[in-house]
Amino acid sequence: MKSLLKYFKGYRKECIIGPLFKLLEAGFELIIPLVVKQMIDKGIAAGDVFYVLKMAGIMIMLGIIGLICSLTAQYFCARAAVYFAEGVKHDMFERVMKLSYQDTDGIGVSALITRLTSDINALQGGVNMSLRLLLRSPFVVFGAVVTAFTIDVKAACIFAVTVVILTIIVAAVMFITGPGYRAVQERLDKVLLSVRSSLNGVRVIRAFGNEEREFEAFKKENDELNRLQIFTGRISALLNPFTFIVINLGTAWLIWDGALAVDTGRLSRGAVVALVNLMGQILVELIKLANLIVQLSRALACANRIEDLLKKEPSMKEGKTGLKIKGKAPEVIFEDVCMSYAGAGENALEGVSFKADPGSTTGIIGGTGSGKSTMVNLIPRFYDVSSGCVKVDGIDVRELKFADLREAVAVVPQKSVLFEGTIKDNMRLGKEDASDEEIISALKTAQAYDFVMEKEGGLEAPVTQGGDNFSGGQRQRLCIARALVKKPEILIMDDSASALDYATDAALRKAIGEMKDAPTVFIVSQRAASVMHADRIIVLDEGHMAASGTHDELLKSCDIYREIYVSQFGRPEGSD
Amino acid sequence: MTKDSKKTLIRVLKYTMPYRAFLIVSIVMAVFQSVLALLLPVLTGDAVDLLLGRGLTDWDSLKVIMTEMIMVTLGQAVCSFLMNTCNNHLTYSTVRDIRKDAMKHIGKLPLSYLDRHPAGELVSRMIADVDQFADGLLMGFTQFFTAVVTIAGTLILMITISPLITAVVVLLTPLSFTVASFIAKRTYRYFKEQSEVRGKQTAIINEMLSQEKTVKAFAYEKRALERFDENNKKLSSVSLQAIFASSLTNPSTRFVNNMVYAAVAFAGSAAVIRGRFTVGKLTAFLSYSTQYTKPFNEISGVVTELQNAIACAERIFELIDAPEETSDNDAMEIDTAEGAVNIEHMSFSYSKEKKLLEDVNINVKPGEHIAIVGPTGCGKTTLINLLMRFYDPDEGFIRLDGTPTTGIKRSSLRRNIGMVLQDTYLKPGTIRDNILMGKNGASEEEMIEAAKKAHSHSFIKQLSDGYDTVIGEDGGMLSQGQKQLICITRLMLALPPMLILDEATSSIDTRTEMRIQKAFGSMMEGRTSFIVAHRLSTIKEADCILVMKDGNIIEQGRHDDLLKHDGFYSRLYKSQFEV
Repeated sequence: MKSLLKYFKGYRKECIIGPLFKLLEAGFELIIPLVVKQMIDKGIAAGDVFYVLKMAGIMIMLGIIGLICSLTAQYFCARAAVYFAEGVKHDMFERVMKLSYQDTDGIGVSALITRLTSDINALQGGVNMSLRLLLRSPFVVFGAVVTAFTIDVKAACIFAVTVVILTIIVAAVMFITGPGYRAVQERLDKVLLSVRSSLNGVRVIRAFGNEEREFEAFKKENDELNRLQIFTGRISALLNPFTFIVINLGTAWLIWDGALAVDTGRLSRGAVVALVNLMGQILVELIKLANLIVQLSRALACANRIEDLLKKEPSMKEGKTGLKIKGKAPEVIFEDVCMSYAGAGENALEGVSFKADPGSTTGIIGGTGSGKSTMVNLIPRFYDVSSGCVKVDGIDVRELKFADLREAVAVVPQKSVLFEGTIKDNMRLGKEDASDEEIISALKTAQAYDFVMEKEGGLEAPVTQGGDNFSGGQRQRLCIARALVKKPEILIMDDSASALDYATDAALRKAIGEMKDAPTVFIVSQRAASVMHADRIIVLDEGHMAASGTHDELLKSCDIYREIYVSQFGRPEGSD
Repeated sequence: MTKDSKKTLIRVLKYTMPYRAFLIVSIVMAVFQSVLALLLPVLTGDAVDLLLGRGLTDWDSLKVIMTEMIMVTLGQAVCSFLMNTCNNHLTYSTVRDIRKDAMKHIGKLPLSYLDRHPAGELVSRMIADVDQFADGLLMGFTQFFTAVVTIAGTLILMITISPLITAVVVLLTPLSFTVASFIAKRTYRYFKEQSEVRGKQTAIINEMLSQEKTVKAFAYEKRALERFDENNKKLSSVSLQAIFASSLTNPSTRFVNNMVYAAVAFAGSAAVIRGRFTVGKLTAFLSYSTQYTKPFNEISGVVTELQNAIACAERIFELIDAPEETSDNDAMEIDTAEGAVNIEHMSFSYSKEKKLLEDVNINVKPGEHIAIVGPTGCGKTTLINLLMRFYDPDEGFIRLDGTPTTGIKRSSLRRNIGMVLQDTYLKPGTIRDNILMGKNGASEEEMIEAAKKAHSHSFIKQLSDGYDTVIGEDGGMLSQGQKQLICITRLMLALPPMLILDEATSSIDTRTEMRIQKAFGSMMEGRTSFIVAHRLSTIKEADCILVMKDGNIIEQGRHDDLLKHDGFYSRLYKSQFEV
């Protein structure tokens, strides 16, 4: 929780005014029993109705001041809590955006969503309650004890003992429920995962008639959550009854002791009534505190999880060198590159070396798991090499600024996704101020212009979350267009034409080849047709470079390449 | 409270019915514990009246009162523990049931609903809303009954002590109520607004996190953050209003209570001076006047909390109430289909504004292999959606062995059709779990056999835990090709009489694919198969090629015939060698 305190900075005023006014209000409340004591001992004893009226008037005054204090307090506490949460959320979101692929793979998207939604909500509620009550309750309890001392030292000792016992009980319950609420929260994550997964895979689940089974799996998680909640709830349900017992036994003791004192003339009757009232106030405060603690232990568990996330250092360090190649395609060099994923035993890439000339096209072809995607993911530095290095324009990518590097590189990923918004919004993803002409030209190159124009609204046509209102092939072409709008110096197409038919694929490649300021292009594909016209084709086999060369060279020299080609085109001309 | 929220509340109460035993115990305990708690001030007051001064104490009576106090305290504690425990059980179980129903309902919702609603939004309803609702409900149940009983009990006890002063209390307290309901009415709107903005935020978070790769590729982080911040700021101001408005209730009602307290103190003291009242009774009365008004506070607290809970509950019920897929209870079960598919004058569109498929006619004999080709966006995926009954045609029929598919139970229709889609889906769990989706209860041998046929066995064996390797959400560390191989294995295991392969092999390298093609070949033998593939070499062997464009089938026939016809298909075919 400690490291989260800094989010109160800038709201120091709120954090002080809020609790302070809450304390003032509590202070006025503590005076009330003393006023009642005066009423009994002076007013009633003397039969002075006017004095009683005066005391009642004081009570009303105290009430009005209390109301003003309390409203002030509520407002500032709410402000502090809301802006605290806003700050934490901002930083969390920023942090999450900074995490590398490897980091998010490890934590899981569902867990991250819970952190950013229900965890932070619980924390915000907790902060608000703490500011309002965390200081107030102990203050009233402590204040009641002090007030009791001003009335009678011996009776006050009973207060002290009661409060100590109560503190122990509260601490014990908190100690047990803390981990309990953490477990509940973790289980909630699992329920969330189950829901998300069922929604994402709805077609497959229904196709195989697995609805029942998925539901059963969900039910199991849900039931387990229920069991944990009930268990934890039962322990925190102990808190109130225990508090009640201790306080009332304390009151009984107080009356007994008070009786002795009155009998010997040490105390007045009004004093005993005042003491009993003070004890009653302690009870009320402690019940509030108990509820607060239940909420707080939940909030604290959430705070810890949020802190963990905020402390998570992105596993990749950004370089400091700038990249100055605007409008000029750079060369890309792989020098003896090895790469292995965290947790995987074998290298996904081993000893890959080659050089792509400025403005050239490199085709990468190979089997499933041969490392094609891994290889191109190293260029924009989505992952880091384990050894060797990747250089763009002669500079190791690890030394470059992320923004510079990724502005120069455009990637069209395997799984194409669009953001909610309009087509234009999506097209401007890589270049915020792209003009309509630039967008249209990119759409034309990507063979997407025709179907976009058919949509109602054209460039302004809406895109739903994930781009679900477009077919797979349309999405891919939009993603390609989106990459082209950026006017990148390096263009990577990671198997991004897989959902395109041959004619579109061919037209697309032709259009890219004819672009002005042609970028250095990398095309990853399963299809020989997509790479055969490249300046150089790299054939990967289980992480190794099996061969590289032009189409004609490879057809002669590389068995793997020939096999792929034959399977797709039949026998090449001129061979037997 | 509006009419709608009343309805929602009644529905929530219906959900608690299976746990009415807990509800009853909870109510009974609430009564007991409140009554017992009410006795304490009387006892205290009696004790105070025994303190008459130096040497005047009646010790025997005091001892009796002390014993009674201890007994009452212990009894009250036990009752309140039982009440809380029952409430927990009641609330958490109700919430579990609602979540369960919502999930069950999601299983019955038509694809058109699920395609329209972002997953993130539905998740937010199922998780965050239900959670908020649980908090409100728990607080509501715990406090509502105690409050009501306490009010009633206090009232009775006060009247027995002094009807006149009771009148003072009773006349003043409604003020507290009015204030509370006045505030609550205004607060509700803010909570609803807050709930909406928060839903939007969840959607943004969900979108940005699930599409992390695109975000990174376009260095979109900064703008994602800007978008988030914009919403976050809005949420802050909405939340501030909601929180502050709702937190007005307590201080305001407390103020009214303090006024009541002062009035009682004055009226009581005056009565004592006139000799109509004792100091002990005044003490008891003073604590009653706080006890009497406190439940009003609590009720109003509960009301705000409940209002928030109801806003959340409404969103959940909205999901649960979304119209289900048309029922197919009356539809027939089919066992193993022959595989004759006749599509007659079928039209379909996702939205009324734009026609997609129009007057489609296809005749497929059992065991025929149909290749569907055409430019992207021509309606191939839609055709599959219709064959699988993910959507139903607007007009016309799809007949399977002569029966319209709308007359066949979805589950039995789908059991007869195996499907591998372009978007691979793996559920979190082990690889085994995923493969067994194809056939529950298949033996180890069957599974391995299927994996070998689909050429996934060797790579699965190399994983750290083999078939028991746990894969994360969306396949985690597996490559796209490996994911697809697992999806194919699933189908190999199911081996239904008909197949749909939607660009199933687009991410698998050609060498592996050649082996899979062989396996597919033997699997497709004698099975009606629809293949959406872009590899013309595989399409060549099809019994019939459907060439689609703009939602219509513009050509159909065998490869050679279509080439001779020299139409769209032949242009498509030639373009393979064009560049």
